[in-house]
Amino acid sequence: MRYKSLLALSGLIGIGAVSAIAGSSGAKAENDPVYVVQEGHVDQHTFNGYRRYGESCHRCHGPDGAGSSYAPSLTESLKHLSYEDFTNVIVNGRQNVTKSQNNVMPAFGTTEDVVLYIDDIYGYLKARSDERLPRGRPKRIGDDS
Amino acid sequence: MKLKRTLLGCTMMLGMAALGAGTPASANDELQKLQGDANQWVMPTGNYANQRYSTLDQITAANASKLHPVWSFSTGVLRGHEGGPLVIGNTMYVHTPFPNNVFALDLNDNGKIIWKYEPRQDPSVIAVMCCDTVNRGVAYGDGKIILNQADATTVALDAKSGKELWHVKNGDPAKGETMTMAPMIVKDKVYVGISGGEFGTQGRLTAYNLKDGSLAWNAYSVGPDEQLLVDPVKTTNMGKPIGKDSSVSTWQGDQWKTGGGSTWGWYSYDPATNLIYYGTGNPSTWNPVQRPGDNKWSMTIFARDADTGMAKWVYQMTPHDEWDYDGINEMILADIPVKGKMTKALVHFDRNGFGYTLNRETGELLVAEKYDPAVNWATHVDMQTGRPQVVAQYSTQAQGEDKNSRNICPAALGSKDQQPAAFSPKTGVFYVPTNHVCMDYEPFKVSYTAGQPYVGATLSMYPPKGENNLGNFIAWDAGQGKILWSNPEPFSVWSGALATAGDIVFYGTLDGYLKAVDSKSGKELYKYKTPSGIIGNVTTYTHNGKQYIAVLSGVGGWAGIGMAAGLGNDTDGLGAVGAYKQLSNYTQLGGVMTVFGLD
Ligand code: HEC
Repeated sequence: MRYKSLLALSGLIGIGAVSAIAGSSGAKAENDPVYVVQEGHVDQHTFNGYRRYGESCHRCHGPDGAGSSYAPSLTESLKHLSYEDFTNVIVNGRQNVTKSQNNVMPAFGTTEDVVLYIDDIYGYLKARSDERLPRGRPKRIGDDS
Repeated sequence: MKLKRTLLGCTMMLGMAALGAGTPASANDELQKLQGDANQWVMPTGNYANQRYSTLDQITAANASKLHPVWSFSTGVLRGHEGGPLVIGNTMYVHTPFPNNVFALDLNDNGKIIWKYEPRQDPSVIAVMCCDTVNRGVAYGDGKIILNQADATTVALDAKSGKELWHVKNGDPAKGETMTMAPMIVKDKVYVGISGGEFGTQGRLTAYNLKDGSLAWNAYSVGPDEQLLVDPVKTTNMGKPIGKDSSVSTWQGDQWKTGGGSTWGWYSYDPATNLIYYGTGNPSTWNPVQRPGDNKWSMTIFARDADTGMAKWVYQMTPHDEWDYDGINEMILADIPVKGKMTKALVHFDRNGFGYTLNRETGELLVAEKYDPAVNWATHVDMQTGRPQVVAQYSTQAQGEDKNSRNICPAALGSKDQQPAAFSPKTGVFYVPTNHVCMDYEPFKVSYTAGQPYVGATLSMYPPKGENNLGNFIAWDAGQGKILWSNPEPFSVWSGALATAGDIVFYGTLDGYLKAVDSKSGKELYKYKTPSGIIGNVTTYTHNGKQYIAVLSGVGGWAGIGMAAGLGNDTDGLGAVGAYKQLSNYTQLGGVMTVFGLD
């Protein structure tokens, strides 16, 4: 899956003339999924990540990954979480249920809409976390609206 | 003491009821009497009419400035606290969000805990709750406290001891069915609804026998006639029989099976008509292109016989929803002049931004006007057909899949969500907590998988163009369909209002204030910053002859999702003042009930 998005990416580079490929800072492994942001417009994968985020994550993690009253801001989390840790939490979920906390991150391991696009979701959130993308719906490369 | 006295009264009433209605002797006409006793607060809605009005008048517009907190109680639970406490005799019943603890507090002993009920629930249910782990409160009847747990179990507790008397499974969390609503009890039945409109549940209202939790009947919102409990000839819509297959004929194939129409709002009851009133939620998915048709009877006001469940009339406010404007908000029953004529009215402030006034006996539509001037998705409601006249630019159906429809007002949160309004028979005015938020909405194709979100749209929300406040607290004339006054609030007002004979209206704010305003002018009389943001409803009662005001604080719910980090603006307006007002800069989590009084 990781290779899929890399592949798509190299394709894009081929087509697009000058593309600012935003890499991420910090501890980034060689083949972590990457996102493309060109003058505020995103590639199809990153856009799909935004959409999948809206479908499966928004209701807890708030608009644009910005966090809610009870689930962490993923734009913050991705400043520290590795890609491995990210996928691990999403596939297996995480419960923090004690006397004082009732936090449940669902396991999405068998949810196709999430697992199939986990790299896209990562890419989108990483772009947000790297402050390459502002809040709100990103525009697709080629869109003018 | 009080209980004994009313039980006696109840036996007398029973004798009369048996003669009159010809229905079997009901265990619980007690409530009909109790709801008229302003010293207690015996149902979440204040009274059966859902007016949230109290005749108590010790606290007045003149002395409200002297209000102050007299005691408070921490629930020990962090997440969003909707609903409010009940007061029965000298006992106060306080509920919490998941894990849905219930406390009985002794008002004679400074709120000492008489008993505590801690349900055991599989926390994985939290994963399928749409918008935080809220619960809107418990109901009382026949010596029982009825609780709807998040995991779709309804439980009856002995009001005196907290001992579990019965429980019944009302839904399956593995299919995304959960419960958040407060039950209603009428006579020998308890009515409960189901949440899960974002998971493709088939919405329904269910009546259980209060005695033992056995099923009385199920009345679905969508589906074949026998599941709907409708009579094709006798059940009416806009004055006409609804006909055969009124629901399934408005869905493609068997899409109704995952069609939504959940029932998570506040219910009301009119003893004179013996009808219960409630609204149904959004059709599933949020992508309108995927479900052609009117999608009946989602987004509908239902009037059903309290005994049999048979629908007397229906009215669909938002046929073929394209914006997630759930129709579940409360139905307030009031006898008011409508366009000059005294009317047995039902008044409803819908998510879609229209304030509706109907004849509650016949379902005739009398008034439908915008209660927020920002509302733009429809120009008006056609009073002949009852249909909203949708503006193409804001129609996410017309714009289509994968198209971002912009600047639609209101946002999916609605011009008002579940936070119930109040009605004062003294002023004849409705007091409405509102949202003032618009959105971009982009539908996309999704497939249904049991227990997985079935949403199919991305949304961005922001205040109306050129405005800064995300909420208003308004006074509404339901006979004319007019705003009388409107107090802007920095955030959505997500707290249920209370009106009193002391000429005051109370409400809470997301940044944590309990406010008292003059019922005539809206002028602020008192405010106090509670420990957290308020999404609970304000309650009043007396103890030892003195009037108190109680409210739960504890920020969360849908408001906590959208506003904790501030609403994102549409990309153009990025950085505009106001859109980045972060609720998290004002308040943090934590459930506390605060009680206010005068010296
Ligand atoms: C039902 C609510 C809910 C949903 C839906 C949800 N999450 Fe979570 N998520 C949480 C909570 C609560 C936590 C914090 C758990 C804890 O306290 O350990 C969390 C934690 C996480 C973390 C770890 C953050 C960190 O700093 O360690 C990641 C990453 C994450 N979620 C990603 C996602 C993604 C991606 C989606 C959508 C595919 C998603 N979540 C959907 C509630 C949710």
